[in-house]
Amino acid sequence: MTSPNVVIDKEIDARGSHCPGPMMELIRGIKSVPVGSVVAVLSSDPGSAKDIPIWVQKAGHEFIGAFPEQGFTRFVVRKMR
Amino acid sequence: MTVKQIVVLGGGVGGTLVANLLAGQLTRKQAQITLIDRIGKHVYQPGWLYVPFGGPPPERWERSERSLLRRSVDLIIGDAVRIDPHERYVEMADGTQIPFDYLVIATGARLEPSAVPGYGEGAYHFYSAEAALRLHAALREFSGGRIVIGVADIPYKCPPAPLEFTFLLEDELRKRGLREKTEITYLSPIGRVFTIESVSQFVTPLMEERGIQYELFFNTEQIDPVNRTISSLEGTTIPYDLLVLVPPHRGATIISESGLGDAQGWLPTDRETLQHKQFPYIYGVGDATDLPVSKSGAAAHFEAKVIAHRIAGEIKGKPSEERYQGQVMCFLETGYGQATQLVFDYTHPPHPPKPSAYYHYEKALLNRAYWHLIPTGIV
Ligand SMILES: Cc1cc2nc3c(=O)[nH]c(=O)nc-3n(C[C@H](O)[C@H](O)[C@H](O)COP(=O)(O)OP(=O)(O)OC[C@H]3O[C@@H](n4cnc5c(N)ncnc54)[C@H](O)[C@@H]3O)c2cc1C
Repeated sequence: MTSPNVVIDKEIDARGSHCPGPMMELIRGIKSVPVGSVVAVLSSDPGSAKDIPIWVQKAGHEFIGAFPEQGFTRFVVRKMR
Repeated sequence: MTVKQIVVLGGGVGGTLVANLLAGQLTRKQAQITLIDRIGKHVYQPGWLYVPFGGPPPERWERSERSLLRRSVDLIIGDAVRIDPHERYVEMADGTQIPFDYLVIATGARLEPSAVPGYGEGAYHFYSAEAALRLHAALREFSGGRIVIGVADIPYKCPPAPLEFTFLLEDELRKRGLREKTEITYLSPIGRVFTIESVSQFVTPLMEERGIQYELFFNTEQIDPVNRTISSLEGTTIPYDLLVLVPPHRGATIISESGLGDAQGWLPTDRETLQHKQFPYIYGVGDATDLPVSKSGAAAHFEAKVIAHRIAGEIKGKPSEERYQGQVMCFLETGYGQATQLVFDYTHPPHPPKPSAYYHYEKALLNRAYWHLIPTGIV
């Protein structure tokens, strides 16, 4: 699957932002939306592939997936609590 | 040739150095340089780290801004309230308009403790003179219990400072015979104890050696000052007797109110030319920017040189190709009279050497020699 099969409510472009930039941007994004919303963050930082899923699990949200694109990855998360 | 008006907004490390370097590179016929600062006092903030442990009082780390500026730089003391980037002027609180051809924004970062519910009654910090003194008083009274140290949000200035505080604290408690009676926990918002991986790998074993516990992925949501607990967005709650939490940082209000910043008030700045992404005649230096580097005096110092060269070059008709490569150089106190050094840039992560007394003395030397070396541009 190359693109998420969900409607994204908020997308944050954190490309070019160094570790832990994208993860902190995702956290900010999640804070700003209601429960149930889907947030996507675009990251070109290889560290995100490790950090983001661990944080999402720890924070009790749903990790919908990581979708690679040209030069970056779109991480998609649903806010659960 | 008309005299160009250069306005530098902010008299901290970055602004003072840019103004002095420009004054050295341009004649009065080429440019008039004006620096605006709210308080007219230059503060060396790294000195605050030592205040909670009975180090020199905050006044020792302050000098009059005028005494640090070259004579040809005009100083205006007052609060700037708005920037008009199209008409090119800075408006002061008294309504005066200061016109510019070039503007350098060096307004630093602003603390916003109120962004964390319960912060005011529940937490201490050392990121201002007053707060550092309050923490000193609280530490003097402390006789054992749980101390929790952390950062409320990223970015914050001087990223190693809370770790340095933790190491100095552990050392101090040992000297006072309180270490056995105290549990120390360090909170990190991300998946390791420090943002830069190599530094994290260096620091984690030191913490473990000294029995300092840490909690990862802890993004502060609120503090309960009555029950003395701090809770995270991730659902963890930790009890404390003394909480030291670096408050959330934001950009200066003048940046957001002038429509020049991002959602947090940081200035969108080109990472190499240091120009504002929308207005090339506006530059950003130091903590005010959104650059992906440590908010530090060291970064501001390297950036100031690039900005001065670029502006002076343009005025002289010989454009400079100098670019900022993300250079930062700072020390990290590790306690027991020792420190290490972090040297890095956009493409080279730091490789901290083994902690030693040498780096601790280097840092102490810099703290004293700062006034002569840094704002003047000697180094
Ligand atoms: C505890 C602590 C320890 C630190 N240790 C180190 C260290 O070891 N090494 C290191 O490199 N860095 C360290 N730092 C960070 C360093 O102090 C800052 O990064 C540095 O001061 C940034 O410089 P600046 O010029 O961007 O901003 P600042 O030095 O904060 O200066 C900003 C200036 O702008 C003025 N200003 C703001 N808004 C307005 C306005 N609207 N109108 C008029 N004037 C205005 C302010 O009055 C201030 O003078 C430490 C910081 C702290 C708090």
